[in-house]
Amino acid sequence: MATFKDFRNSVKPNWCPGCGDFSVQAAIQRAAANVGLQPENLAVISGIGCSGRISGYINSYGFHGIHGRSLPIAQGVKMANRDLTVIASGGDGDGFAIGMGHTIHAIRRNINVTYIVMDNQIYGLTKGQTSPRSAAGFKTKSTPMGSVEQAISPMEMALTAGATFVAQSFSTDLKDLTALIEAGIKHEGFSLINVFSPCVTYNKVNTYDWFKENLTKLSDIEGYDSSSRETAMQTLMKHNSLVTGLIYQDTERKSYQQLISGYSETPLAQADLTLDQQYFDKLVTEFI
Amino acid sequence: MINQLSWKVGGQQGEGIESTGEIFSIALNRLGYYLYGYRHFSSRIKGGHTNNKIRVSTTQVRSISDDLDILVAFDQETIDVNYRELNEHGIIMADARFGPKSPEDSKAALYAVPFTEIATELGTSLMKNMVAIGATSAVLDLDINVFEEVVQEIFGRKGQQVVEKNMEAIKTGYEYMKEKLGGSIETMQLEKADGQKRLFMIGNDAIALGALAGGCRFMAAYPITPASEIMEYLIKKLPALGGSVIQTEDEIAAVTMAIGANYGGVRALTASAGPGLSLKMEAIGLSGITETPLVIIDTQRGGPSTGLPTKQEQSDLMAMIYGTHGEIPKIVMAPSTVQEAFYDTAEAFNLAEEYQCPVIVLTDLQLSLGKQTVEPLEFDKVEIRRGKLQTGELPEIEGKGYFKRYEVTEDGVSPRVIPGMKNGIHHVTGVEHEETGKPSESAANRIAQMDKRFRKVSNIKFNTPVYKNAPHEEADLLIVGFNSTRGAIEEAIGRLEKDGLKVNHAHVRLIHPFPVDDILPLVKSAKKIAVVENNATGQLANIMKMNVGHAEKIYKLLKYDGNPFLPHEIHSKCKELF
Repeated sequence: MATFKDFRNSVKPNWCPGCGDFSVQAAIQRAAANVGLQPENLAVISGIGCSGRISGYINSYGFHGIHGRSLPIAQGVKMANRDLTVIASGGDGDGFAIGMGHTIHAIRRNINVTYIVMDNQIYGLTKGQTSPRSAAGFKTKSTPMGSVEQAISPMEMALTAGATFVAQSFSTDLKDLTALIEAGIKHEGFSLINVFSPCVTYNKVNTYDWFKENLTKLSDIEGYDSSSRETAMQTLMKHNSLVTGLIYQDTERKSYQQLISGYSETPLAQADLTLDQQYFDKLVTEFI
Repeated sequence: MINQLSWKVGGQQGEGIESTGEIFSIALNRLGYYLYGYRHFSSRIKGGHTNNKIRVSTTQVRSISDDLDILVAFDQETIDVNYRELNEHGIIMADARFGPKSPEDSKAALYAVPFTEIATELGTSLMKNMVAIGATSAVLDLDINVFEEVVQEIFGRKGQQVVEKNMEAIKTGYEYMKEKLGGSIETMQLEKADGQKRLFMIGNDAIALGALAGGCRFMAAYPITPASEIMEYLIKKLPALGGSVIQTEDEIAAVTMAIGANYGGVRALTASAGPGLSLKMEAIGLSGITETPLVIIDTQRGGPSTGLPTKQEQSDLMAMIYGTHGEIPKIVMAPSTVQEAFYDTAEAFNLAEEYQCPVIVLTDLQLSLGKQTVEPLEFDKVEIRRGKLQTGELPEIEGKGYFKRYEVTEDGVSPRVIPGMKNGIHHVTGVEHEETGKPSESAANRIAQMDKRFRKVSNIKFNTPVYKNAPHEEADLLIVGFNSTRGAIEEAIGRLEKDGLKVNHAHVRLIHPFPVDDILPLVKSAKKIAVVENNATGQLANIMKMNVGHAEKIYKLLKYDGNPFLPHEIHSKCKELF
């Protein structure tokens, strides 16, 4: 059995001291060990930005792609090898700005991939510009007078896009976050986990203290029913989406790979690439 | 008796013009004739002039003809737009319904035939196309029974009554025209064909079939003209092989999903046309620097932007060679026939894995959509070669060392492993990286990795990089082209030779890396070189000048009005060079 230490490699992250992403990295490593994975059976696919570097900091197969495209790459990997556990990850700019189109469609497509967003409400690697998650009025280098655009609410958006697994967490809640990632990996279908992961360098508003003051744990809400989309939506609206825990899970709906016809039970990556002559002849005859 | 003729049917889009051409040509193909079709259509579903021109011949043809023998018109616009193509024997058969008028300077005989009226009397005006096929058969003196099988196949699922009605429509059209002509037209009697059953397909069919034969088991794509048929075919066929096609949310998702799937270890494809390729460019660079195999089909159409989306053009050449920022090794192939499209697509998957780089298979609208008779595809010529893909157990790596996925090797190609393999863990990133894939900004490493990547394709092994028909040691003229211009060039050369010129032909099948050694002797031994291409700037001619020099004798022979070259255009422009 692999332990979380087996998912560590020798690379020292280039994140700022105190960055929320360290805990996300640790949570992925712990969750991977807890669900019984071996390092070679995990593929972490990441985007561009500070958080996008995470695929290089975990001892597993890792693919650091291009900005905003971790999800289509991850879905391609999963289609090629259904036996792999595939985690896609990146920041809020990666997933909710340049990659938003892919996020919505990955949600509705429901391929069995776990998507972990490190949401710091700012662009860190480019040194402090507004993100679609920045609140209206938020002052950054690109919004010196304060942002006049509304922040998007990814959790509400995910529910309306037909998500089957929606969760949110805070990077300091290592135990809860690890449990959510485990649940996401085990979920048959697409799982979205948004993690508040504070940027200690450029975001002086949404700090660790700010989150501690403003977040509500769903486990503290009596009788919260994560199988009800209606409850989930109402709760998000009531708390301005500042909740943590499993927001919604649909355990009934089948994943994309369960629904499509003919799809190989064994990984496509192991498919026999040769056709037999008779089959080819049959294909050709259709053109006569 | 003649050995070839051209038939064109035209009307409004959505009127069944395409299926009329389809039924006519499938039947003739089965009689053993060689066919070559070209559809003139617009980017809309209903309305707008459309026509389907079909050349019928007793020998292989790979070009539309200069002229036209028979024009079947369902509206006046069809006559007005197309009558100038008709030759001295040409005739027009037009639906009597719209009261067809012969243009003043038209010399063609015009027959008003009650296509719609006959069809309506038999049950539905939809069958007017069948009446037209019958009337055409009368002119050509074809036995109408040849259509029975095709009609059965197309309408069989709608019930036997529908089949019989359609056959009756053909028969009535046939009899009407026979009576009107008092027989058939002597100048339009085709020599008997050899009765051989040959394939009848579009280039996109061959590409899709080549992908299956080449081991492709996954495709991600976004619908676009003129590439969608590739996806549609594979959607039908891949599930039976355990594979799958995903229609993605956009072009970028299509290419990055294909990259992910290739990284995951399956042979994966994406296909698009110009606008889609523009969107895929950043990802093509990712495939290049991460050395992830990737096969992309670019079915060229009129650009830029939306351009002429349903028209012929060959203007993506430079973009395909140089597209993506930065510099990556890349392979760009350009099949010139449907057969080559099949073999080249299958081979593209081998090259992508052997050289671990993006491989672009370039076609053009005429090759992708022109339906034609094809000689047998030899399946046993298709090989599966996976290059340095590691199989079996890998040796253990000490400590937490990563597998050297980007090991600097003599040939530049590094061993490749796929996720899931024990002891194969490494990192993949679009950031410059060292041998295990970890990011590195060191100058020495940058040079080592850049050189390694380019070393891969510096000695590419490619079977027949240039199709050559070069009978002359010293030629007056060398004509160079790529993709679908081959047929028109071949016919033009036949005429130029009759004019007394010595003409060699080179059709470039491997566009990049440019096959200098292969083509240079032909360039040297020719007095003049005409580079024939469907674009406005002479992209292939410029690539030739860059790679083989001799700019002083390279002439650009260009056409960029959205239509394919006709043999006479190449013939006359080449003659002007002398």
